[in-house]
Amino acid sequence: MSATHEHVDRTDEFLERAFREALIARGVITQDEVDSWIDVMYERTPALGGRVVARAWVDPAFRSRLLADGSAAVRELGIEVGPLKLVAVENTPEAHNLIVCTLCSCYPKMLLGLPPDWYKSIAYRSRAVREPRAVLAEFGVHLAEGRTVRVHDSTADMRYVVIPMRPAGTDGFSEEQLQPLVTRDSMIGVEEL
Amino acid sequence: MSARFEPGNHVRVATRDHFGHVRTPRYIRGKRGTVERICGDFRNPEELAYGRWDGDTVALYRVRFLQREVWDGYAGDSADTIDVELYEHWLETEEG
Repeated sequence: MSATHEHVDRTDEFLERAFREALIARGVITQDEVDSWIDVMYERTPALGGRVVARAWVDPAFRSRLLADGSAAVRELGIEVGPLKLVAVENTPEAHNLIVCTLCSCYPKMLLGLPPDWYKSIAYRSRAVREPRAVLAEFGVHLAEGRTVRVHDSTADMRYVVIPMRPAGTDGFSEEQLQPLVTRDSMIGVEEL
Repeated sequence: MSARFEPGNHVRVATRDHFGHVRTPRYIRGKRGTVERICGDFRNPEELAYGRWDGDTVALYRVRFLQREVWDGYAGDSADTIDVELYEHWLETEEG
């Protein structure tokens, strides 16, 4: 999508601009503050989540702390999560986790950046809870017999990240080598590595 | 504010309509689940949405439900679960 601001022809964009300009005109916020918030949003990419997952793969004690209190554990890595709480859930040979927000599009932006469009679609939001196995199959995830699916609907103040299973054949990899293997989709639960 | 429920407690989500902003999905109302964890105390989104920033806090829980008890004709495994965050005033004690 081209980011031109020459034409504001959608109601929500019009409202956003009117509201922002009114706040700036009254001195509540400044344009510089708006720009820096946007910069912060774009600086956050799934690479942050990749750092967290790679650490969990190589450091069992960190993994335990991450599962017990996600917010505190990622702060150890210098990642600030804000007022929301982070809940990490781990994939195992017995269970596969899938994240959705049925009510809107809550997403762990602090670790993964902005959500993909499909995550915000009505189709994903309604089907991921009701027929998660069919949705996973469409993403190419075919679960072994007897593996449980655990869906997490982020309805309120928690944000979720999946710790995918470490890929086979990476035993000798360093933490730095593991980080780029961790994809955004694997941390939402729609991909296995 | 202390939490009324503990992990492992059996609860049922209230079946009621709510006018205005609410974070309890309709599909989970009336369903029976088990408290998975206490998330902490948060301001009530049903008040926050209308500008009441200083209202009382309410305990938030993650409640785990069996998918086969949530959806008629669920096609997956009988052990599949769905976890939903629910505020205390939407939860009732469930016997057994």
